[in-house]
Amino acid sequence: MPTVSMTVNGENVSSEVEPRTLLVQYLRENLGLTGTHVGCDTSQCGACVVHVNGKSAKSCTMLAVQAEGSEVSTIEGLADGDTLHPMQEAFRENHGLQCGFCTPGMVMSAIDLVQTNSNPSEQDVREWLEGNLCRCTGYHNIVKSILAGAKTMQG
Amino acid sequence: MTETNIGAPVKRVEDKRFLTGRGRYTDDLNQPNQLYASILRSPHAHANLKKVDVSQAKAAPGVIDIFTGSDMAADEVGSLPCGWQIHSKDGSPMNEPGHPPMAVSKVRHVGDQVAIVIAETKSQARDAMEQIAVDYEVLPAAVNMDEALSGKALVHDDVPNNMCFDWEIGDKEATENSFSDAHKVVSIELINNRLIPNAMEPRAAVAQFDPSSGNYTLHTTTQNPHVIRLLMGAFVLQIPEHKLRIISHDVGGGFGSKIFHYAEEAILTWASAKVSQPIKWTAERSESFVTDAHGRDHETKADLALDKDGKFLGLRVSTKANIGAYLSTFGSSVPTYLYGTLLAGVYKTPAIYCEVKTVFTNTVPVDAYRGAGRPECTYLLERLVDKAAKETGIDPVEIRRINMIQPDQFPYQTPVALQYDVGDYPKAFETALKASDYEGFSSRREKSEGNGKKRGIGISTYIEACGIAPSAVAGALGARAGLYESAQVRVHPTGSVTLYTGTHNHGQGHETTFAQIVSDTLGIAFDQVEVSHGDTGEVQFGMGTYGSRSLAVGGPAVLKACNKIIDKAKKIAAHILEASEADIDFKDGVFSVSGTDRELAFGEVSLAAYVPHNYPIEELEPGLDENAFYDPLNFSFPAGCHICEVEIDPETGEVEVTDFTAVDDIGRVINPMIVEGQVQGGVAQGIGQALMEGCVYDKEGQLLTGSYMDYTMPRADNLPNLNVSTESVLGASNPLEVKGVGEVGSIGAPPAVINAILDALSSLGVEDISMPASPSKVWQAIHNA
Repeated sequence: MPTVSMTVNGENVSSEVEPRTLLVQYLRENLGLTGTHVGCDTSQCGACVVHVNGKSAKSCTMLAVQAEGSEVSTIEGLADGDTLHPMQEAFRENHGLQCGFCTPGMVMSAIDLVQTNSNPSEQDVREWLEGNLCRCTGYHNIVKSILAGAKTMQG
Repeated sequence: MTETNIGAPVKRVEDKRFLTGRGRYTDDLNQPNQLYASILRSPHAHANLKKVDVSQAKAAPGVIDIFTGSDMAADEVGSLPCGWQIHSKDGSPMNEPGHPPMAVSKVRHVGDQVAIVIAETKSQARDAMEQIAVDYEVLPAAVNMDEALSGKALVHDDVPNNMCFDWEIGDKEATENSFSDAHKVVSIELINNRLIPNAMEPRAAVAQFDPSSGNYTLHTTTQNPHVIRLLMGAFVLQIPEHKLRIISHDVGGGFGSKIFHYAEEAILTWASAKVSQPIKWTAERSESFVTDAHGRDHETKADLALDKDGKFLGLRVSTKANIGAYLSTFGSSVPTYLYGTLLAGVYKTPAIYCEVKTVFTNTVPVDAYRGAGRPECTYLLERLVDKAAKETGIDPVEIRRINMIQPDQFPYQTPVALQYDVGDYPKAFETALKASDYEGFSSRREKSEGNGKKRGIGISTYIEACGIAPSAVAGALGARAGLYESAQVRVHPTGSVTLYTGTHNHGQGHETTFAQIVSDTLGIAFDQVEVSHGDTGEVQFGMGTYGSRSLAVGGPAVLKACNKIIDKAKKIAAHILEASEADIDFKDGVFSVSGTDRELAFGEVSLAAYVPHNYPIEELEPGLDENAFYDPLNFSFPAGCHICEVEIDPETGEVEVTDFTAVDDIGRVINPMIVEGQVQGGVAQGIGQALMEGCVYDKEGQLLTGSYMDYTMPRADNLPNLNVSTESVLGASNPLEVKGVGEVGSIGAPPAVINAILDALSSLGVEDISMPASPSKVWQAIHNA
């Protein structure tokens, strides 16, 4: 079995994996980082979005070995101790989550949006979320959360 | 402390763990020595199982064991039960064929369970599964209801014409008479499209058997762990309840689809004892599509009789309801008592008759999905009312005004069994008209027309019966169990509280709202209350969360338990303060002797309850921990008005929902932030049903919409911001005065959207459109008109 090495939430990790292991499986099953979720098997739902080298990526759609040498960050790595990341805080403030299952992917995706477009419009947010499904909220409060989070992130 | 009391928009307690990736969803859990299961499923809609050869697969790497339906039958594993018995018109009980957890002699839908492979890793289980050789004798399938009713292909050999039951409600004769007196009869035929619930978390289970104690533990994605324990323990696996613990901590959405006792729960629990090791199974989304119970799927013909002034005289409804291949846990209640009983809507229709033929087909079982029966009813009524407006020339607003039940008519006895307790339908209606700027619509239409677009506005009113259920009424209607709800308020010695509720939180925010009720009632700080749910090892009993029942049935149980705590605490306080119990006042968490400055804080009394030096031990047992069970007096009846505005591009048929206004009467609001979120989410699902979602089977019974590539889920850019507000009349059937909010959006929204589309296209001659109103369907309708 090949060995894969990467940085996950700032820590160096290295493991032997079956070549077919998906990045999301590696995160959840090998590293126990179960905050990243699997909601579908066709790369549609976005519950598995993490950052690979600072950009959002669907971790169900890449192999762990493809992340060799990458810097991966997940929902678990966002908060600074007890202080939530501004985007996490914005979701909490604006009731941007209900069952919480799509939330990690939404938050990771939203942060990448703001990194790309620091002052997104409502339409920008709605279009950016094309790859993230939520069944609970009707997106209304997710959009509100992301717009608020973007403002805070701009500082 | 008012910022956390009942009525305050308290931020959710549960959010922090979800936002930091520390939720405890079933697939996140692992047990020592855990094995993994894959379940082989039928690729055919209907086939005899001639032979299932597992020999090669058993020898595959990592495989521990493989079991089939025959193995379960040999252990006398029971049938998955149905919780609601319906009787046909002729008095005969519904046909209730067996539902083995794994198929024994026949598979009845694509996705039906054939074998379980248990292996050391997930991929080994999956790899081995592909080596099982099954000899299927493919049979003709009964896929659509007409085909099924012809009886050419029988889903169950002992159910003639695939008819589960032929049910009726209402006064047939009185209804027929109302039609003979009618000035005008308006008729409609429509389909309520079949939906796939698609909670974002796929179902999962981890089963564990402890051979030393004989105890079973099942972690499962359920909305009602005690119901699963009762059904699986008593009817399927014969495991006594003290030996069976069901846990569902965090569940990633349910919408009804996680109410039911699913085959996989029984298969895993049974198999965990066979292999004496924990087993985990997690559905892939493609499995969810072919195994999670589907929703809706009605075909209906209805006629409305009106007098010369546009008043409704009678309503006649004939529905065919698809129940799928097997009776799911609540499948039989949905097209009957959750549907036919609501056909009065918010209107004074004096005579109603409804008959429902419920049909087995070779498709996934159909059961409750957000709204369950009430969206089907509302869609029918509100489409029919709009059609009546058009055919009589009365304005759609006016025809609703003329027929609406008035606030002074409560309690209002409908002709279809229910008695509405309280409401003010005109109030929510008029508020919605204002909030949507209904009057200003024509100028917006003009503007759209100027841009080459068609614009329409559509109204829907609705009523729903929720807070399931008053147990005696439910029992009289066929429920095989009462539907009480329980709460246990355990006050700890220093005055903090753990609330154990029998309801289940899978997104609704109970950990917050229920803590608000406890904190407000006991006068203690909000952060001194913890809510526990979802574990039969912790919570004594509960019927779970569905039918918007948590707050309406579970909430009053919480209140009742809190009041028992206060009653006992008063006795303790009276003893310590050397006063008579009648002189003890309780306010804001302080016990005082009336008219004096002698008082005890809540924490002082709770400490005295557990570790007293001075206690009325002769009269009162120590401790401060109370149980309560609550059964409501009646269903609760949320109602409201939803108004949708659409803009349609006639060139492409694309429908944009530009505005959506919901005004809902949901009784007392505990947490307005959560209430708005519930309505927004429900409306999104309703718009999804109207515009995007539709389950399609081909004629062989293959599911064509079996992934997110084919089944269209609403996305952020398909939806507008939603204008949501409440116009509440306090509930009259429970002491919290609440009604329920979880389902209102998916009930009210679909007819509002379709009525808006038909309004937009009526100038082009389009008179009907079916859900989902996809661009191709709209374009076709425009071109066929």
